[in-house]
Amino acid sequence: MSASDGRDPALRIVVDLNRCQGYAQCCYAAPGAFVLRGHEILFYDPSPPAHRRGEIERAVLACPVRAIAVQTAADEEDVA
Amino acid sequence: MPDDTPPADALFAAVLDPAYRADPYPLYARLRERPVSRQRDGSYVVSAHAAIRSLLFDPRLSSEDLPPSRRPRTGNPLKDWILNPIRNRIATAHRPLIFRDPPDHDTLRALVMRSFTVPRVEALRGRIVRDVDALLDACRGRDRICLVDDLSYPLPVAVICDLLGVPEADEPRFQAWATELATALEPDARHDEAGRHRIVAAFDAISAYMRDLIREKRRRPADDMLSELAGPGPDGRRLMGAFDLISTAILLLVAGHETTVNLITNGMLQLLRHPRELERLRADPERAPRVIEEVLRFDPPVHFRTRKALGAIEIGGVTIPQGAPVVLLFAAGSRDPERFPDPDRFDPDRADNQHFGFGGGLHYCVGAPLARIEAEIALVALCRRLREPRLVMDPPPYRPGASLRGPEQLHIGIAGID
Amino acid sequence: MSAAELAGIVVVGASLAGLRGAEALRRGGYEGPLTIVGAEPHRPYDRPPLSKHVLAGELAADATGLPALAPLRARWRLGQPTVGLDRADRIVRLADGTRLAYDRLLVATGAEARPWPAPTGGTLTGVFTLRGRDDAAALRAALAAGPRRVLIVGAGLIGCEAASCCRDLGLAVTVVDPNPTPLARSLGTGIGGVIAACLRDAGVAFRPGTQVRAFEGDGAGHVVRARFADGGAIEADLVIAALGATRATGWLAGAGLRADAGGLTCDAACRALAADGTPCPDIYAAGDVARWPIPVYGGRLVSVEHWGNAVEQAGHAARNMLAGPDDQRPYAHLPAYWSSQFGINIKAVGLTDGADSVAVVQGSRASRRFLAVYGRAGQTIAAVSFDQARWLPAYADAILAGRPFPPIRDATDRARPESLAPGFPSPRAVSADEFAHA
Repeated sequence: MSASDGRDPALRIVVDLNRCQGYAQCCYAAPGAFVLRGHEILFYDPSPPAHRRGEIERAVLACPVRAIAVQTAADEEDVA
Repeated sequence: MPDDTPPADALFAAVLDPAYRADPYPLYARLRERPVSRQRDGSYVVSAHAAIRSLLFDPRLSSEDLPPSRRPRTGNPLKDWILNPIRNRIATAHRPLIFRDPPDHDTLRALVMRSFTVPRVEALRGRIVRDVDALLDACRGRDRICLVDDLSYPLPVAVICDLLGVPEADEPRFQAWATELATALEPDARHDEAGRHRIVAAFDAISAYMRDLIREKRRRPADDMLSELAGPGPDGRRLMGAFDLISTAILLLVAGHETTVNLITNGMLQLLRHPRELERLRADPERAPRVIEEVLRFDPPVHFRTRKALGAIEIGGVTIPQGAPVVLLFAAGSRDPERFPDPDRFDPDRADNQHFGFGGGLHYCVGAPLARIEAEIALVALCRRLREPRLVMDPPPYRPGASLRGPEQLHIGIAGID
Repeated sequence: MSAAELAGIVVVGASLAGLRGAEALRRGGYEGPLTIVGAEPHRPYDRPPLSKHVLAGELAADATGLPALAPLRARWRLGQPTVGLDRADRIVRLADGTRLAYDRLLVATGAEARPWPAPTGGTLTGVFTLRGRDDAAALRAALAAGPRRVLIVGAGLIGCEAASCCRDLGLAVTVVDPNPTPLARSLGTGIGGVIAACLRDAGVAFRPGTQVRAFEGDGAGHVVRARFADGGAIEADLVIAALGATRATGWLAGAGLRADAGGLTCDAACRALAADGTPCPDIYAAGDVARWPIPVYGGRLVSVEHWGNAVEQAGHAARNMLAGPDDQRPYAHLPAYWSSQFGINIKAVGLTDGADSVAVVQGSRASRRFLAVYGRAGQTIAAVSFDQARWLPAYADAILAGRPFPPIRDATDRARPESLAPGFPSPRAVSADEFAHA
């Protein structure tokens, strides 16, 4: 997993791992971006490619503890 | 619904009363006037979101709340004095994991999750799409369908059979057993001697069936969950003891039968009651995940689970005494106005929809990802393919269960199927 | 001197706290100019993956950018360390000479890795600290080059996570710490012993009770050896100095605030205190850098260097920044953090400082799946879970409610708690996890 290469601009996500309790619903909803290791360690791609948007939104909705935050728009330009 | 409103300490008895089955939500609202409410029978009903959440994470609440297994007298001394007491002890010690506590629960659940892999679930997607299409194709030419019989029931059954590796042709044999076993979640069935005996008889019958099937899986392992659970682990030893394996297999099969059917049916019922939402989903299938989460909050397949307090627990201004039965009334918590603005409105666009549709804590529904996929594919197909769908009878007739609650039938009038 | 730029609300620190604070200001209805200053050239990024997945090579360092969760409409001043604060004129000075005139200021400069002193080898190549994204990228590159032996100084959370990554990469690694077990200062030796066993099982050489006196280099100035205080030595061609962090308050020197390497002292509403102890109505602080009276622990001054505090305190400070002087709400927070290492998810709530009792209340240390609680004077003050995160909220509730220790008996998997010796080192022993990581 790594930052996207520019052809497919990346989404940005962050998971509040204080909240996360390892229910793994995101791993089923967006297998390309989330994976559970051991009993409850969540590993995720913080910059998944934009074409995974649908999956990521499913993961956000399926999370039983609402731990996933996502920015779907590109970074704002600096305000002059 | 009956006109007379029950007293505060008999509200849960009314929840169990089939007269309230079609709309228990006003009873839930009254129960929520106290976050934790003692009932006449000594049980404590927890109906506020915060209190349910808190108790889901409380290690003093035990799921081992079923009375010990007891088989009826047969008159045959060998059975009554030797065989059945042994079988009772085995059944009590090797309950399905929803009735087990840590550490046994954790061990069994980890083994199930190990075989309930993402690729295995993903691999079912294609067949679910095909099944839904085929089931709807079979309804062409009719002006009415019964959603339960025509889709909501057969779909999850076919999927769980495929996943586990249970021959679908055997389904007529275990359909009745599954229905009977699911009543173990209903408090009424526990107090009813005849009901308990029926559960035991169904359990014995399905156990014998599973034992044979597991033997077959060991002889000829296939790419299915049962083969994997029955097979050796990485160290070459068997993953599960024989009795735990049988009870786990039974649980997965029954859960696959008795829950997703309600999710699909309740979902379509709400869409038919909210035609604008049906229209929006038809136009934009990407709304499906939001719709399903809202169905799980608004009209969930499982309304409550019971537990037992191993120690005294202070909560919501009440002390639940040691040994007391505790009812976690998920469907009431998911409509708590303290947690959800305008909770009695069906609104797929609501933000922060942290419902209890799949429970929570240690016993969070294992099959949730599969249920979500099945419901999404089914609801989208129903919206897109049914022409001018309308409810024939509202409310529909309900099945007896108050915990596993859902329509017995859902007749939908249609102008055709695309 | 050029005219100062009218910068509106200025957030110093393009960090997690800075970002979440800026978002909260916009969400709270602030429509004026908003300027975010960052010493590093990067937009805000997430630190926790740096010592885990980035070191392990699973995630590129530049993939850790944080999502903006609200439209910021901000002016970014990145790659610009802040060098001074003039409170009288309400001016923040940047390294390039820019002067920003602020209406209100949110200090979110965080902390800096405590470096190894130069005279005893701190300037040798091959000696790393790990704090920022660039640190992580450089350290990752060095690990990928295949050092013969990695030496990690300090068995706090960062040191242990780094050791775990090194073993995943198949590298030989030694961890030294002055205390008897890893994580001794934050979790006590009774629980730290479980991590010591994990280190051992993973093939890490752990040397407890050991202090490094100096690093020695070869002719080219690359580290080759560490000398211990007891006279011993170890060959190592890559060193990670995981000695904790100091608060980034250097730029506040001379500003007349209560600021030092332990943080910028605030009142309960997150307002910075002037040297005379009065709160500044226009300067707030949040995140690692803020030192504030924590209500759950009787108003003791603490700075909490954790992810959750950065998020929550920034939101709280921003809320107070927009509120009137009579509507300043106190910041009530229960510290919490997580760490993953050796395949185990460790989560903790509360502060263990001063714990006089520890008990395992669920599971067992032998299984490495358990919950332990910490008590002080009969009251529950903290809890830690090893792969048992789903129960932790019950203990967080117990801490907040001030429940007696232990707060829970009759758990389904352990009817009676198992008492342990707390095993906290004496305060004088210097240890890496003296300042826990974010």
